[in-house]
Amino acid sequence: MTERTILPSGHTQIDHLSMKGITKRFPGVVANHKVDFDVRSGEVHALLGENGAGKTTLMNVLYGLYHADEGEIILNGEEVVIESPTDAIEQGIGMIHQHFMLVETLTVAENVALGLRSSREPLTDLNKVSERILELAELYGLNIDPDAYIWQLSVGQQQRVEIIKALYRGAALLILDEPTAVLTPQEVDEFFCIIREMAKDGHALIFISHKLHEVIDISDRVTVLRDGKKVGTHQTAQATKADLARWMVGREVDFRPEIEQVEPGEVRLKVDNISCLSNRGTSSLQEVDLDVHSGEILGVAGVSGNGQRELAEVITGLREATAGRIFLDGEDITALPPISRTDRALSYIPEERMRDGMIKDFTVAENLILREHHKQPFSNWGFLNLKAVEQHSSELIHNYQIKTPSQETLAKSLSGGNIQKVVVARELSRDPRVIVASQPTRGLDVGAMEYVHSRLLEERLDGTAILLISEDLDEILALADRIAVIYEGQIMGIVPREEATPEKLGLLMAGVKEGV
Amino acid sequence: MISDLFSMTVLVGILASGIRLATPYLYAAIGETFGQRSGVLNLGVEGQMLLGAFTAFYVAIQTGNLWLGVLSAMIVGAVMGLAMAFVTVNLQAVQGISGIGFYLFGLGLSDLLFQRVLGTVETVKGFPKFNLPVLSDLPIVGEIFFQQNILVYISFALVPLAWFVLNKTTLGLKIRAVGENPEAADSLGVSVARIRYLTIILGGTLSGIAGASLSIALLNVFQQNMTSGLGFIAVALVYFGAWRPFGVLGGALLFSLVNSLQLWVQVLGIPIPSDIAVMMPYILTILVLVISVSRVRAPSALTKPFKREE
Repeated sequence: MTERTILPSGHTQIDHLSMKGITKRFPGVVANHKVDFDVRSGEVHALLGENGAGKTTLMNVLYGLYHADEGEIILNGEEVVIESPTDAIEQGIGMIHQHFMLVETLTVAENVALGLRSSREPLTDLNKVSERILELAELYGLNIDPDAYIWQLSVGQQQRVEIIKALYRGAALLILDEPTAVLTPQEVDEFFCIIREMAKDGHALIFISHKLHEVIDISDRVTVLRDGKKVGTHQTAQATKADLARWMVGREVDFRPEIEQVEPGEVRLKVDNISCLSNRGTSSLQEVDLDVHSGEILGVAGVSGNGQRELAEVITGLREATAGRIFLDGEDITALPPISRTDRALSYIPEERMRDGMIKDFTVAENLILREHHKQPFSNWGFLNLKAVEQHSSELIHNYQIKTPSQETLAKSLSGGNIQKVVVARELSRDPRVIVASQPTRGLDVGAMEYVHSRLLEERLDGTAILLISEDLDEILALADRIAVIYEGQIMGIVPREEATPEKLGLLMAGVKEGV
Repeated sequence: MISDLFSMTVLVGILASGIRLATPYLYAAIGETFGQRSGVLNLGVEGQMLLGAFTAFYVAIQTGNLWLGVLSAMIVGAVMGLAMAFVTVNLQAVQGISGIGFYLFGLGLSDLLFQRVLGTVETVKGFPKFNLPVLSDLPIVGEIFFQQNILVYISFALVPLAWFVLNKTTLGLKIRAVGENPEAADSLGVSVARIRYLTIILGGTLSGIAGASLSIALLNVFQQNMTSGLGFIAVALVYFGAWRPFGVLGGALLFSLVNSLQLWVQVLGIPIPSDIAVMMPYILTILVLVISVSRVRAPSALTKPFKREE
């Protein structure tokens, strides 16, 4: 055994850490069942699995936030007990949570210093902390201003603060919980460079993700979890994307579903010369024209914040149009309130599913009747027919494969994928004529994403007109018959699926018009 | 006559008593500031003050020792704070409602004790004027600021001290973090419960002194419900002062000066109905809250019990 190396950030290296037979039960669920996991210094070990597979639970056990019911943690050959984050930090384990653990009203330096002994207790020593932050930042090319307030920083910068925070506390092993979920593609690239640099220096890194290409990109080894159990650990280089997907989901996954030819029918949704304002009162949509035919998926591609949200809201009646008209099967619905549009079989899968798609503190059954609660058979002269509600929800839970302990479970306690299934079940089961689907798979894992896609395609076969608004170009390319590109509130062009390439769409998304 | 208000003697009098009357506001509101910065709204301040006022008064007449009175008021306030902390931190009770409970408890108990132990309104010889050497001899300024009793000086000294603790110490950093994002603080090994216990007990202690300052330094009597809403105004002052000690100081001075003004209006027999005059500080409370409400942002975790998700 050689003497352990000191990392450039000043901390002792963790040669090897292993978790053995970790079992963690929550009321009604086994989140981890006899899971083994290990990581060495200098490697990036990916922990892959769908939402709810138990990845975060396992890491929360390692970080001392949860206590395992069974199993042990062995660090450099010796068993350690980690009761709290403080213990974990002492052992050189740091964790960067999916939702950043930063205090927005404090500065970078204050966030880093929080909870640590100061060199001049009881006073803070922020100048010293700042100096050290700059040293560490220099070391890993993390450009950061120690005196900036967190609320002033971009999401990517906030993540760097989290990394610095962990390094400052002597993290030799860093747990990264879905670190790329909130980053732009450019930020992801920068972030991966930092990760590689840290691995090269002898840090051990655990990368939690459900994004296959990122796992393939960054990791040396990958451990796959499914339903709380370990499926296996593999050298990433020897696994393909299809392998990973199969291990993760438990069956073959279709990345590009076959699309059956459908002859588009008459125009069902017509957006005619629509303009509207943004929340800040500035001009958003400008004279937008769109037609969606029966049996057609019209994709709306664009970089976030170019009017997608406003478009969905104007069509569903949640936002007032300042000019133009909207027709549903030929009927002018521009002046109708949202409920009348709903009653005309317009369905909406909103972008913010937790905020606009459901009521978190309602049960699954209640959420499933939100759209129809005022109608027969759920409502009789204003009284809820609970039997009908129950029957309806148990049918949908079965048909749409919603994983929930019961229909009385509160919606907020479901996983992201199942929450979206509730929304999709509610919106599609009412036999819609037009569907507005906004970012319907954002944040979902592969299985749930595939599921939502297949449901939308079924609706298309049934002759529904679907407006698919998405920032995920792969999704648009996989599903849409025609693709409209939106840029600064204007439609830059509409491209048929056969002619659409990422390059062509990319130019339109950047505001470059064809033929110019 | 109205013009009497503008004579130098009266102005100095208004200002001097304004400074003096700020004392209970300052103790209570600075204490409440600590609690709220850590995320706990304590509406029981008034009850803590009443019990503090009674205890200080009773101990002072029994022992003749004013400092012992202050100390006992601090202990009673601290115990009330401890109970409040247990209810809000451990039992995770709704803070607003449990605070009202503590207020009613303090109101009732102080009244009961008063009737059982004292029975009638008595007076005590409270803290005397303590003229600060040299400073108190300054013309006008000396009379306004430096011829007060000792509890007044301490209350004003508390303001920069509180600012310093909140902004320059590791404890202050923890308090601010716990009030804004307890999950983040917890993930860094800061004990949210310990910090909140500390701030609520500190708040109770200071409320106890606030009560004592009324009963053995300013008014030198104890009466049922003698605080008459002062503790609630102190809570409002924390909002008005945007959770900053110097903001709280500004608010406390504003209120006490208005209060002092209305007292002098009555003393001088200026023909404003006394009911209206007495109402002035309360009307002002509502006005400033309406004005200040959109201007400032409360600590994000204020009134939210913290529980580690597991």
